[in-house]
Amino acid sequence: MAFEGLTERLQKAMRSLRGKGKVSESDLRETMREIRLALLEADVNFTVVRKFVKNIRERAKGADVLEGLNPAQQIVKIVNEELTKTMGETDVPLNKSEKIPTIIMMAGLQGAGKTTTAGKLALKLKKEENARPLMIAADIYRPAAIDQLEQVGKQIEVPVFQMGTDIEPLDIVKAGLAQAKENHNDYVLIDTAGRLQIDEKLMDELKDIKAYAKPDEILLVVDAMTGQNAVETAEGFNDALDITGVVLTKLDGDTRGGAALSIRDVTNKPIKFVGQGEKMTALDVFHPDRMASRILGMGDILSLIEKT
Amino acid sequence: KKTRSSFMDKLNRLFANFRSVDEDFFEDLEDTLIESDVGFDMAVKLTDELRDEVKLQNAKDSEAVKNVIVKKMIDIYDEAGNGENNNINLVNDGLSVIMFVGVNGVGKTTTIGKMAKLYKNQGKKVLLAAADTFRAGAIQQLNVWAQRDGVDIVKKEEGSDPAAVVYEAVQKAQKDNYDVLFVDTAGRLQNKVNLMNELAKMKKVLTREIPEAPHEVLLTLDATTGQNALNQAKLFKEVTNVTGIVLTKLDGTAKGGIILAIRNELHLPVKYVGLGEKVTDLSKFNPSEYVYGLFKDLVN
Ligand SMILES: Nc1nc2c(ncn2[C@@H]2O[C@H](COP(=O)(O)OP(=O)(O)OP(=O)(O)O)[C@@H](O)[C@H]2O)c(=O)[nH]1
Ligand SMILES: Nc1nc2c(ncn2[C@@H]2O[C@H](COP(=O)(O)OP(=O)(O)OP(=O)(O)O)[C@@H](O)[C@H]2O)c(=O)[nH]1
Ligand SMILES: [Mg+2]
Ligand SMILES: [Mg+2]
Repeated sequence: MAFEGLTERLQKAMRSLRGKGKVSESDLRETMREIRLALLEADVNFTVVRKFVKNIRERAKGADVLEGLNPAQQIVKIVNEELTKTMGETDVPLNKSEKIPTIIMMAGLQGAGKTTTAGKLALKLKKEENARPLMIAADIYRPAAIDQLEQVGKQIEVPVFQMGTDIEPLDIVKAGLAQAKENHNDYVLIDTAGRLQIDEKLMDELKDIKAYAKPDEILLVVDAMTGQNAVETAEGFNDALDITGVVLTKLDGDTRGGAALSIRDVTNKPIKFVGQGEKMTALDVFHPDRMASRILGMGDILSLIEKT
Repeated sequence: KKTRSSFMDKLNRLFANFRSVDEDFFEDLEDTLIESDVGFDMAVKLTDELRDEVKLQNAKDSEAVKNVIVKKMIDIYDEAGNGENNNINLVNDGLSVIMFVGVNGVGKTTTIGKMAKLYKNQGKKVLLAAADTFRAGAIQQLNVWAQRDGVDIVKKEEGSDPAAVVYEAVQKAQKDNYDVLFVDTAGRLQNKVNLMNELAKMKKVLTREIPEAPHEVLLTLDATTGQNALNQAKLFKEVTNVTGIVLTKLDGTAKGGIILAIRNELHLPVKYVGLGEKVTDLSKFNPSEYVYGLFKDLVN
């Protein structure tokens, strides 16, 4: 199970290439194969890889090779630039409503990290903006989901609105929003139950909540370890809800996180935050350049270029 | 069922576009395998072997190539599964301890809820140990399952030492003649050394009380996980001597290919699969049914 990064892969491929003026067909072939495999190995969806590799090939073909680089290095440089570009803008802030409260809804598959992320976000808002958020417990399905949110709320000293598990989620949200209005909460975070994007009934439930609450932000929470499936999940949730952003969780693990590229590609929505641990403080803004090097398995593009 | 038809659909689609056995074909085959999450190394290795095999057998038309490929995959799968035990290792007379391990949110607690009911229905006396004392609401979650299933539970307050919960549970299980003890542990990522050591400690507590325990250490894997599933299995195996896999959330993916990778690269038997959130959404895993189902309409 050699998780070779692109660095190692390319060092092999590059040995055979001498410095030239332009990138040639044969330079391209070998190097592109390694790049294709590195992306696939990082869990980037294969259709996304195809498209991406095709773009790179176009851009790299006949490109001038910069001084001090060899053709393969030049290609890697282009790959890194394109990947960072595809990953999107850095530090996209949360959408904010002109009138309080700003409403944020969490959505995603089972176990992705919605409830935890709701807590982390609430704490962040409290700390950074002195905000007074309210969290709404709209997951009536998962055993003890409400207990979980309440405990999170207690930890970070943020109130939780709940009505038990016998009331429909939409009605809970209605009542929760009414309370937020009354108490002048400036943010409302709606925790929803995990669901499959193919589960029509449960997806309709989210659509109904969206139609009523008109959230300023609908965050799709995705586990960074997700494999080829990331595309279908992201597409499914985005088609149903027109999400406004993505949170990538569990990046404190050793996954390469290629799902990020797939999600970005199919939704074109910004990845706003990354979860880096179970603690309530473990939420960071997303950095496209770091994510790009992580996916490629390159600590530092410059060191790769210097080594050869 | 979805897993099967979809993997087959993909292979069929690949063969429908078949023109000749060239590099493009093998690249497409590689993509098809990777797309099905069979594991990156496995896909590359398989494609390399198939490249040779197709040449060796001088297969040219689509039928012949298809047969070579399917046969090769079944061979590799069968060979890697030699001597594999897909049953849960239960003590005939006395206490069996089944410990669940895995990364965050994969479905450990839910699977315990489902399996506990299964054993209870078989007339066994079942006890649950709430040794996830860390995650918010984890104890209550297992407690809801205990109530639903009508089985007993040992729990302490949040934040207490998980090893102490395990100790208390195994004591009670022995004293009160339980048949099966399920140990629920907190999710942890495999690269967190301290958390992995904590797991080893819980296991040691069990072994100290009953030398053969835990009789099963089931690693729970989320079927929608990509390549990282292999890292997970490797590191959990090192720390806790995993005896089998529960593959959850198969209802959420059409890509059951990870099962091939698990067997071929890790030599760990899949014992149960999770197919939903209800108590009945659990199936015993039958490996030959799985693989022949995967290729059924392709071989003739
Ligand atoms: N290591 C790590 N664990 C995380 C992170 N985010 C969430 N988790 C853990 O992942 C597990 C699932 O998180 P939850 O917040 O319960 O996920 P959810 O999406 O609300 O789950 P459901 O409500 O069941 O669909 C828990 O064990 C969390 O502690 C993260 O960034 N890093
Ligand atoms: N669709 C589907 N969801 C499942 C399955 N198994 C578990 N889940 C859901 O996945 C989420 C996480 O399940 P848990 O049992 O809490 O997972 P866990 O491994 O105990 O999580 P932590 O203790 O937080 O690490 C819950 O929403 C479950 O209902 C399954 O087979 N299919
Ligand atoms: Mg939740
Ligand atoms: Mg659990």
